[in-house]
Amino acid sequence: MSDPREKPANPQRRKALQDAARFSGAAAACGVMLAAFGEQSRALPAQALRPPGALPEKDFLSACVRCGLCVRDCPYNTLRLADWRDGPAIGTPFFAARAVPCEMCDDIPCVKACPTGALDHSLTKIEKARMGVAVITSRETCLNLQGLRCDVCYRVCPVIDKAITLETTHNSRTARHAIFEPVVHAEHCTGCGKCEKSCVLTEAAIKVLPLEVASLAQDAHYRRGWIEKGKAGEALVDAPVKLPTRLPEGVTLPGGPKK
Amino acid sequence: MTANVHPYVEARERKGVWRAHRFGVLRRAAQLAFLALFLTGPLLGVWIAKGTLASSLTLNVLPLTDPFILAQSLAARHWPEATALTGAAIVLGAYLLLGGRSFCSWVCPLNPVADFAAFLRRRFDIRQTAKIRPELRNWIAGAAIVVSAISGVVAWELVNPVTAFHRALVFGLWFGLVPALAIFTFDLLVAKHGWCGHLCPVGACYGAIGKASIARVAAPARAACDDCMDCFAVCPEPHVITPALRGERTGASPVILSGDCTLCGACVDVCPEKVFAFTHRFDHRLATAADTSEPTVSRPKARAA
Repeated sequence: MSDPREKPANPQRRKALQDAARFSGAAAACGVMLAAFGEQSRALPAQALRPPGALPEKDFLSACVRCGLCVRDCPYNTLRLADWRDGPAIGTPFFAARAVPCEMCDDIPCVKACPTGALDHSLTKIEKARMGVAVITSRETCLNLQGLRCDVCYRVCPVIDKAITLETTHNSRTARHAIFEPVVHAEHCTGCGKCEKSCVLTEAAIKVLPLEVASLAQDAHYRRGWIEKGKAGEALVDAPVKLPTRLPEGVTLPGGPKK
Repeated sequence: MTANVHPYVEARERKGVWRAHRFGVLRRAAQLAFLALFLTGPLLGVWIAKGTLASSLTLNVLPLTDPFILAQSLAARHWPEATALTGAAIVLGAYLLLGGRSFCSWVCPLNPVADFAAFLRRRFDIRQTAKIRPELRNWIAGAAIVVSAISGVVAWELVNPVTAFHRALVFGLWFGLVPALAIFTFDLLVAKHGWCGHLCPVGACYGAIGKASIARVAAPARAACDDCMDCFAVCPEPHVITPALRGERTGASPVILSGDCTLCGACVDVCPEKVFAFTHRFDHRLATAADTSEPTVSRPKARAA
């Protein structure tokens, strides 16, 4: 063991090591702060929707350089870059459907403008976009669900009769009318937000929510027989065993075989 | 030998106002022009450059992408579209030609902010400065790449004051003004050339490119130097001057070869003896012509106190 107060045998080496330690310490501190900030920036508020073709949020932040080219090429000023307190990571593009919804341009200029592919260039048909999914968030206030005929969300839907249908049910309040319930079919909903924008209520009763919140994948461990059967092309289990009908003497089932 | 509080006075007297401020004026003009390219669209509807300094498209044909940002995106395991790769290659090529950190002094919108802080420091003779080693910026750049790789987020863009400020100006996002204000305060009160000269990893990246770049500042007439120290007073990276200016004894090239040089031309402007000039790294005339020239008799300085 050498006395630390002793003159170092190799002062340059010692200095280099000290420097390396100091710099890597500073760099590590800086890195930890960045990483923590980065984690926090992942929280995307429910009102903020990404442009069409946006990669899933965790991949999006690895790809988006926050250049704003998609915003510039959006002809309807739907897209904005997030400022402080807008919610999404600062400088990233988003839109709030209630303010300005996506007009679903056929040529999808925002995707074409993206230099990095944070907006996936393989999206060429806007109907395939999944910016979010509309959900009736307030059954209690939706006019159609009160038995009135508002129908606005249904009528403005660019994918009308596929993404939103009106399903009739009995109106038990009046006992003689129907309720025309707007029902969203997630497999066709692009999340453009036209329905949310045009909901006539002060607070929209239908809202577009991010896919991570509202359109979830079925748990992989559920095997739905009818689907598995279709996949296999045949029944996966034998037909139910025929059991003898056992009834008390002299009793017959209605519609049952006549004795 | 202390730095001069009024470094341009003698240059103005000896060379005239224009020659004493030429590159300063040209740089401000360039910075404004680069900003104007992005602003004609939103303000006048005439689109020249779209996007920001992170990535842009000029006249709908020329893509440009910041190589440091793209490197982080690659580290975060995203393989970008060809546009961004082409854009980064063009930027890389351009700065290999024009001098890496010429981005810092001719393009970066924060440069006037940092320069203003440096000017006030000289003006009010603020000498106190925190000691930060300039190599720290390389480590911060490295940390940004590592964090990008681990977290899968383009890490430096979370805080990058350069693009934040540019976004603030071009897109009207006011929060981007906060880091600019912070840098001004830091540079003025905490550390001289604190941000650009010691911490900024964007500059570090362009500095790495600048190690190999063609365009250079040199001290071809270094024999005429009368040690007035004005160049050291105005240079944002004074350590780059010494080897070229004082290299006569060691036989070092009069060309400033450090990647840290921002090619701002302040030394060219400020030197009353016309020691410095813009040139390129293969300028062989310098090696022979410079050191054989007669040293001019240095004149005593007449300067208002």
